[in-house]
Amino acid sequence: MGRYVVRRLLQMIPVFVGATLLIFLMVNVMGDPIAGLCGERECDPATAARLRKEFGLDKPVWQQYLTYMGNVFTGDFGTAFNGQPVIELMASAFPVTIRLTIVAILFEIVIGITLGVVTGLRRGHPVDTTVLLITLVVISVPTFVTGLLLQLLLGVQWGWIKPSVSPEARFDELIVPGLVLASVSLAYVTRLTRTSIAENRRSDYVRTAVAKGLPRRRVITRHLLRNSLIPVVTFIGTDVGALMGGAIVTERIFNIHGVGYQLYQGILRQNTQTVVGFVTVLVLVFLLANLLVDLLYAVLDPRIRYA
Amino acid sequence: MRRATHATWAVYAVAAALVATACGGGGGSAGDSGAVLSSSWGDPQNPLEPANTNEVQGGKVLDMIFRGLKKYNPETGDAEDMLAESIKTTDSRNFTVTIKDGWTFSNGEPVTARSFVDAWNYGASLENNQRNAYFFSYIEGYDQVHPEDGGDQSADTLSGLKVTGDRTFTVRLSQKFSTFPDTLGYPAFAPLPRAFFDDHDAWLSRPVGNGPYSVDSYVKGSQMSLRAWDAYPGPDKAQNGGVDLKVYTDNNTAYTDLMAGNLDLVDDVPASQLKNVRSDLGDRYLNTPAGILQTLAFPYYDRNWNRPGMDKVRKGLSRAIDRKQITETIFHKTRTPATDWTSPVLGEDGGYKPGLCGQWCEYDAAEAKKLVREGGGLPGGQVRITYNADTGSHKQWVDAVCNSINNALDNDHACVGNPIGTFADFRGQITDRKMAGPFRAGWQMDYPLIQNFLQPLYYTNASSNDGKWSNEKFDDLIDRANAESDTAKAIRTFQQAQEVVRDNMAAIPLWYQNGSAGYSERLSDVKLNPFSVPVYDQIKVS
Repeated sequence: MGRYVVRRLLQMIPVFVGATLLIFLMVNVMGDPIAGLCGERECDPATAARLRKEFGLDKPVWQQYLTYMGNVFTGDFGTAFNGQPVIELMASAFPVTIRLTIVAILFEIVIGITLGVVTGLRRGHPVDTTVLLITLVVISVPTFVTGLLLQLLLGVQWGWIKPSVSPEARFDELIVPGLVLASVSLAYVTRLTRTSIAENRRSDYVRTAVAKGLPRRRVITRHLLRNSLIPVVTFIGTDVGALMGGAIVTERIFNIHGVGYQLYQGILRQNTQTVVGFVTVLVLVFLLANLLVDLLYAVLDPRIRYA
Repeated sequence: MRRATHATWAVYAVAAALVATACGGGGGSAGDSGAVLSSSWGDPQNPLEPANTNEVQGGKVLDMIFRGLKKYNPETGDAEDMLAESIKTTDSRNFTVTIKDGWTFSNGEPVTARSFVDAWNYGASLENNQRNAYFFSYIEGYDQVHPEDGGDQSADTLSGLKVTGDRTFTVRLSQKFSTFPDTLGYPAFAPLPRAFFDDHDAWLSRPVGNGPYSVDSYVKGSQMSLRAWDAYPGPDKAQNGGVDLKVYTDNNTAYTDLMAGNLDLVDDVPASQLKNVRSDLGDRYLNTPAGILQTLAFPYYDRNWNRPGMDKVRKGLSRAIDRKQITETIFHKTRTPATDWTSPVLGEDGGYKPGLCGQWCEYDAAEAKKLVREGGGLPGGQVRITYNADTGSHKQWVDAVCNSINNALDNDHACVGNPIGTFADFRGQITDRKMAGPFRAGWQMDYPLIQNFLQPLYYTNASSNDGKWSNEKFDDLIDRANAESDTAKAIRTFQQAQEVVRDNMAAIPLWYQNGSAGYSERLSDVKLNPFSVPVYDQIKVS
């Protein structure tokens, strides 16, 4: 187990370097960001040169990358164009997005798995058909439509919620945005769980458990669910990374000042340091979430052992 | 029975979610107390210093926390004395400034001549990386503190600025500039307290100024709370308890918040809502002229666009654009077809001359076709209008302009849009002289003077002369107008210079842009100044 974890951690290094390098190059290809800082006029060359130097843009790209990576390992993620250290932006943005992700994941787990179990146990039943139809609709409608629609209905028409989230972004404010963010994945979780449950229901160990006279509830939770959840856990695990990085649309609609907002602004202003910094952390989150998922397999399925 | 339990779980979960959201909505709405209003805001792009702010969002704050020597009247746009007791000159080059007595910063420090001179020296000095340093370039000694080649500066202070008393200082310009005092309402010329220099970081995290509002708290990137400063000595004391500026990433969300009663003032109504804004807000919607002109500029560094006779092609293109139809259908009358190169906010006394463009700005398909043909046709058979696609609704109007040109010239390929992903890249390509055809050029005035609509844009090598247009006659007229001490005469000379722009069609004027705002029922006396910024200090909250 220990060796396995070490091996996985070592594998992360090339992935990490490759991903950051790609992002670094992509932002660089977008052109010179300094020209955008002076409004509808040309920055005077002397000031532009000084700004370029301040943000380290006067050096060749490979040197910029090396300096940047060197700084990252000492915890210095650089400075955004408005003079704020990127680490400060992260400190304000990540807690918000993490809260949003937690809400979304909770929705996926609670509603998604529950619906999946219910439908999986009753295939072909009207409940099953209805839920399947609903998930189909949810999957096919883009997030921004659901988001704007819920915002308009709940926020303006009925006045149940505030259409935008305050800067503190408390958990209770994040429920609707979290639901919107989770909606598509939620539908997938439902379908995955349903298929998995339906398949395993006929397996030998379930029949044995039933034959032993175990109560139905115990059969479902201890035997059936535990084995059926493996693909679902994989999906949710990878979804953690996707949700955190992919919240740009949802965060924009509900004016949540999280990672998506900072990334969007960083891209618009072509601020390499902001974009690369945030993506670096997201890449790390993604890699760690994947590792955790793989380790969870062993816990869920006794047949899987890591050497 | 047992089967049903699973289904009910799901129901409970959904119900719990809905109940919880309902609580979330109810709890937060009663936050603001007293007469504080909330207003939409955008995250300032640059550090919030007077000489470092060149966009509306940062400018909005500076306008609330600073008062300079002059202030532009929010209605007429006239430069009126604020801190200045007098600004005297005999030769339009040497000015003696006297500051009114009794002004202080909100931290109690008196505003003296030194507050101004130190601030201006800071703004001009190359080592401080101030984006607006060029505003001080008229002052003598600018070359030494801000060498254009980026070399080491040989002085730290402008030799043209001298403190001569507690409340007086002198300014010597490097050339005659008769309307110089009228430029002093620009935020870059604001005075700065010692705290700015002594503890810069602390000042940036909570700016201190001498305006009607003081900063109560500032969370970068999300909210700034400004409160009325009770001891403010000026005549324009705040009529409300304060303003909470909230950062919105998307102005559509701000508008939705206004609709839901969650926000009091939105000063940028999104283009997609213009259709229904009248029915949503009734007379709580403002649409007033602002000092913004949109034009199409041309790359004069490109031989194709600079050969003799091309002015006919440019005039032809201008006549092929149906400005009236575009402003009505796409902008819902939040833009007005331009008939000169300035702005209605200047007023006719200030140099705005409607109709100066004459027939060259009137749509006439047959004439357009004729002119383009006479001028030798479009370079390469096609024009590509370059614009940045990330902000505004540039794509819509560029496509409409192209449609109009294609229809007028009876050629489906005469004009196409050429979008560029980000504003920074767009500006970068302009700076690198990579434009191959007409490109979007928007101009938001710095101060309401006709000079500001002409010199920075068309004078040889001026800072915003993106097309690198150069014309001796024009430069000469501008120099003469600047040296002219009689204002009326100066304005007439500026207008003559504008006629040179017209005769060469240096840039195609498209439309004057309005400022727009929507506000809640709690507010009254909401106005937009000529810079399209709400006049916060006059807003009354019930």
